Amino acid sequence: MAESRIVGIDLGTTNSLVAYMQGGKPVVIPGVDGSNLVPSVVALDPISANGGRPTVTVGNSARKALIETPERVIYSVKRLMGRGLEEVRKELKYFPFRLAGGVEESEVPRIQLGELRFTPPEISAYILRQLKRNAERFFGAPVKQAVITVPAYFNDAQRQATKDAGRMAGLDVLRLVNEPTAAALAYGLDRAREGTIAVYDLGGGTFDISILKLRDGIFEVQSTNGDTHLGGDDIDNLLLAIALDEIHAEHGVDLRAHPGAVQALRKAAIDAKIRLSSESAAHFDIELPNGDRYQREIPRGVFELLIEPVLARTAGPCKQAMADAGIAPEQIDEVVLVGGSTRIPAVRALVDDLFRLSARGKKPHIELNPDEVVALGAAVQADILAGASQATGELLLLDVTPLSLGIEQLGGTVARIIQRNSTIPASATEHFTTGVDGQTNVAIHVVQGERELAADCRSLARFDLKGIPLMSAGLPRIEVKFLIDADGILHVSAHEQRSGKAARIEVKPTYGLTDEQVENMILDSFDHAEEDFASRLLIEARNEADSILAAVSRAPQNPAWNELSAEEQAAIAVARDRLLAVKQGNNLAAISQAIVALDQATHRFAELMMDAAVASAIRGKTMSEAGKELNEAVTAPHAMAPAEFK
Amino acid sequence: MLKVVDTAVPLACWSCSVAHNESTLFCPHCSKIQPPSGGDYFSVFGLQPNLNLDLAALEREFHRLSRKLHPDRFARAGESEKQWSLADTALLNDAYRTLKDPLRRTEYLLKLQGAEIGESSAAGAGPARGGEGKGGNRKDPSRVPADLLEKVFDLNMQIEEMRMAKKMGREDPELRESLGKAKEKFDALVAAVDRDLRAQWQVWDAGDAAAREPALRAMAALLDRRRYLGNVVRDVSEILGV
Repeated sequence: MAESRIVGIDLGTTNSLVAYMQGGKPVVIPGVDGSNLVPSVVALDPISANGGRPTVTVGNSARKALIETPERVIYSVKRLMGRGLEEVRKELKYFPFRLAGGVEESEVPRIQLGELRFTPPEISAYILRQLKRNAERFFGAPVKQAVITVPAYFNDAQRQATKDAGRMAGLDVLRLVNEPTAAALAYGLDRAREGTIAVYDLGGGTFDISILKLRDGIFEVQSTNGDTHLGGDDIDNLLLAIALDEIHAEHGVDLRAHPGAVQALRKAAIDAKIRLSSESAAHFDIELPNGDRYQREIPRGVFELLIEPVLARTAGPCKQAMADAGIAPEQIDEVVLVGGSTRIPAVRALVDDLFRLSARGKKPHIELNPDEVVALGAAVQADILAGASQATGELLLLDVTPLSLGIEQLGGTVARIIQRNSTIPASATEHFTTGVDGQTNVAIHVVQGERELAADCRSLARFDLKGIPLMSAGLPRIEVKFLIDADGILHVSAHEQRSGKAARIEVKPTYGLTDEQVENMILDSFDHAEEDFASRLLIEARNEADSILAAVSRAPQNPAWNELSAEEQAAIAVARDRLLAVKQGNNLAAISQAIVALDQATHRFAELMMDAAVASAIRGKTMSEAGKELNEAVTAPHAMAPAEFK
Repeated sequence: MLKVVDTAVPLACWSCSVAHNESTLFCPHCSKIQPPSGGDYFSVFGLQPNLNLDLAALEREFHRLSRKLHPDRFARAGESEKQWSLADTALLNDAYRTLKDPLRRTEYLLKLQGAEIGESSAAGAGPARGGEGKGGNRKDPSRVPADLLEKVFDLNMQIEEMRMAKKMGREDPELRESLGKAKEKFDALVAAVDRDLRAQWQVWDAGDAAAREPALRAMAALLDRRRYLGNVVRDVSEILGV
């Protein structure tokens, strides 16, 4: 193939994935640890003893660092994308991250991570680069173009921030696709479906509902709605808050002062939540610093009562989406469930009720893994963009803009110029004039949202039309064209019609990075010249082999080692020797396979280590002690090329 | 809004240089995509500016053109073709959204014909211009159609009463019933306007130049009334929660 591959990426709140089309079917590309999911966690490694530059790790190993060095780890960064300082400040109440100081109100907020500070798009760029590398390793060829999914209800700034992240990661983002629409594509590929479908997507941090009409391979979105602040994270936070409060009240221990312990408790809360989807009760049994035990049984009934208000918040958007599409629940032929949180039985019951499914003898679609379906759909869209494919040649996605676009009028009210749920690309042309003789500037405030007052909507940008020719008030006639492109991002152009002059527009996005800032944040990376590529992959694989081998050699000193059976220890030895044997050769595939094999052989050991570390963090061991243990552990190394900083 | 082009000026295709009619989105000779032309929404679909439309055929044509024009089909094309695809598809989508809806379609035709109708006379009002939009926040009493003045006044009193009752947390079933009846009445008024509007469509589409002028004026008045009634019905539905 002359042109490079286009991959599909699901950049999720909790997990991220990369997928591509293989022989007419979308498949997820696994990381080197064999896992399809890359946790959306980014950690700054501790500065090494020999004073090397700090490196960034992403995924499973970064997640482990959450307990070890919480001040150097960031997760759920998607919640911060495209948001202003004030919004991020509110958001951070629920997260252990710190805002970097000295940032102006009008600037993109920065998160303090150890000794460095990052904007949310930069953090996302690290996750994207990891996925890019996983794909490159898989193909043995560079990957430069991608389709990235975003929540359907993402606004302009959040979409732009996602695109910026792609650019920083060295990816040409050919299209942003809405997550529920992508899921519909993944399902629609199987058979030629016709009819009206609803996609209910409750992920880690966002909720979307989209209603689509399928006909002759055209996926036409009728309406979309959602909440970019609603997801599994909220459920975790509820459980966590209860545990923290109870521990404080019953045992007089305030764990909130210990970030590591909070993260360990958070992990226990997430485990409990997951167990409650298949079992009737989950248990907390945690040893506290003062030697007490916090023991708590959570019956499913109590859990469901607890999360009811969170789940109820998804009902309003569903009803609004149906109203906007002009359909009743009975007219929806099929419902697709997307996102890990749709595994919760109470969520399924709510969906069943909202769309009257069992009453009509129907069941929601859950055939595709709800964690993977969005990435699979992104791969389908990537194939559509690549063109000339048998599998997708007849498919076309017609999506909509989730929010109305408006202009602030005198008095602070909003004049809507593009209504929500308009098929994109969409445009509107407006005319403006001056109010004072000789006026040469006109300021325009563009907002997104459904409220009547501009102050209640989301400020998108302020445009200053400059260079208006000197004329009496009301005489100039400036035509401004607003265009929302296929990614859901706004473009503006203007010209003065009487003089024929193009009025100059100065765009000041309310939230967002300038082009120049994005340019400066492009991640330092290897030279991507094709001829160097094979050797680069080989070097990366060898480095990775070295780090896993070093970890394995230290393993027997760890107490967890003795919990392994003799067979398990022998299996690790065999896998280690195999990797040692192939490491110096030039066979990249053999090295990668040997790494995966050793990683899998040490998987249980790594888990034992994690459990021990979690327990010790909660028991209130000092951070450094807990850290030391983790450092010596075999932490299943993820595909991690060292990241470098300027 | 789009310029209305009176005479079709032949243009040369950027790719094959063969001259073509300006309102085409593809070169008839080499099939390459063309920059957006000055055609109106009707001409995008190859239609005469008539108000009775076959909606199923409109949808089929919308899908057929989308397949050819959509930016997804030009992801790896040159920069100009990408831009034209974006602009053409925006025009196609704007046109489809406008034409498939009977009220927007009528309003658009009036605009093409230069009729000044209510809120849609958007041009040249400065930053505080009027927009198409719902305009629900604009309740200029002078714009209440004279025959409705009394009915609307009563209704607004009741809506306000209901709002107060709701705030106090109690509900008056009698008031609810009365509001429900009022809603039925206004629904019927809306239906009557829609019927009258369709009758004017027939006059317009018949194409008799002498009859068209009064038809336009009648439609402009009907649209104003329809928009006003629509807002009233929306407010009642909102307070009744239906």
